Amino acid sequence: MAKQRAEPFLWLLFSAGGVVAALLVPALLLLFGVLFPLGWITPPDHDHLRAVAAFPLTRLVLFGLCVLALFHWAHRFRYTLYEGLQLKHLHRVIAVLCYGGAIAGSAAAAYLLTAGL
Amino acid sequence: MADTYPDVTADTGTDLDTGTITMRVTRYRPEDGELEPTTQDYQIPLRKDWAVLDGLNHIKDHIDATLSYRWSCRMGICGSCGMLVNGEPKLTCEAFLTDYAPGPVRVEPLANFPVIRDLVVEIGSFMRKLPQVKPWIIDEAPPPAGEHRQTPAQVAEYQQYSMCINCMLCYSACPIVGLDEHFLGPAAIALAQRYNLDSRDQGVLDRLEVLSTDEGIWGCTFVGECTTACPKHVDPAGAIQRYKLSAATESLKAFVLPKSRRARATNGPAPAKEGDTP
Repeated sequence: MAKQRAEPFLWLLFSAGGVVAALLVPALLLLFGVLFPLGWITPPDHDHLRAVAAFPLTRLVLFGLCVLALFHWAHRFRYTLYEGLQLKHLHRVIAVLCYGGAIAGSAAAAYLLTAGL
Repeated sequence: MADTYPDVTADTGTDLDTGTITMRVTRYRPEDGELEPTTQDYQIPLRKDWAVLDGLNHIKDHIDATLSYRWSCRMGICGSCGMLVNGEPKLTCEAFLTDYAPGPVRVEPLANFPVIRDLVVEIGSFMRKLPQVKPWIIDEAPPPAGEHRQTPAQVAEYQQYSMCINCMLCYSACPIVGLDEHFLGPAAIALAQRYNLDSRDQGVLDRLEVLSTDEGIWGCTFVGECTTACPKHVDPAGAIQRYKLSAATESLKAFVLPKSRRARATNGPAPAKEGDTP
C-alpha cells in the first residue's frame, strides 16, 4: 500500500473549499443574483461597492474563496475523470491539468483582486 | 432444512393471504457447465409477514431444492442473507415481499463479489481486508487488574461503529469497491474507526499506516451509498469522512511541526479522544 503524501493536503483544500463555498457563495448569489436585481434590497451604489471590494480584508476573503473553491473543483473534477469517465490510467495528466487549472485560476484571481481594482 | 424451518405455508391465515407474487431469481451453476447466470421465475404465495428470505425458503422447501443461498438467523443479526433485491443490496430477512408487490421481485447475488453458485458469493476478499485494519484493542500497557471502565460518553463515541454485522451490503453498494478491488472498503474502515475512537485503544497511529493510503480512506470519494445500504445504521461514509479529517490533521502536524516534535507526533501517544479523563 502506497502511503499518500500529497492527498491529505489536497483533501484539506477540497474540504475547506467545500465549506467556504457552501457558506459564502449562496449569500453572494442571493444578494447579487436575486435580491438586488428584483429590487427587494436597495443595492449599494457602484462607488460604495468598489470601496468595499478595495478594502484589504475583503480582497483577502474573496481571494481565499476563489483559491479554495478552485481547489475544491480541481479535486472533484479529477475524481470525476478518474472514476466517472474511467480515465485513471491518465492520472498524471489529469492531476496536472486539474490542479494546474486551480493554480492558474488562483493567479488570475490574485491579479484581478490587486491590479484590477 | 425443511425439518428445521417451520412450514409457514401450513398456516392458512386467510386474511393475510393476498394472492401470489413472482420471484425472479438469478441462477448460476458453473459446476454444471453454465458460463453465464440466468434467471428463473418462481410463483410463490404473497403473505404480509413473509420477507424475501421466506420466499426463498418456500422455493427451496417446496418448489426447487437445487436453489443455493446463505441464511441463518432470520432476524437481521447474522449478516449472511445479503442479496440484491430489485437491484438494491438488502438483508433478505428484512425485505418484505408486500413492499415489492405486485412484483416480480428480482433477487440477485450481491454485486462486487464473485459468484460461487446461484445467490452465494465468494467473500474471501472481504475476509482478507478486515484484519488489515487491526480491528482489536491495541494497548502496550499491561491490562488493568480489574475491568477497564469507560464512561457512557466514552462508549457512545464508538458504539455506533461497533454495530456492524459484516453483511457486506456496503461493499455491494460502493461503486469504488466495484472499480478498485484493493480498496479496503466501508465496513473495514468503519471498524478501524470503532477501535480508534475507543478510549482503551492506543492503536490510532498503527492503523494510520494502513488507512491513510490510496487503498484506504483516500480511495473513498464520499458517494455515500454504503450508509444508505447499511441495515444497522453504522454510517460508514461518515466514519470515513471523520477519519479523513483526523488523518489530514496528522499529516499537517507532521509537516509543520519541527523534527524534534514531529517524532513525538508520529510515535507518541495517540491524540486525546472525546471524553478522555486526564
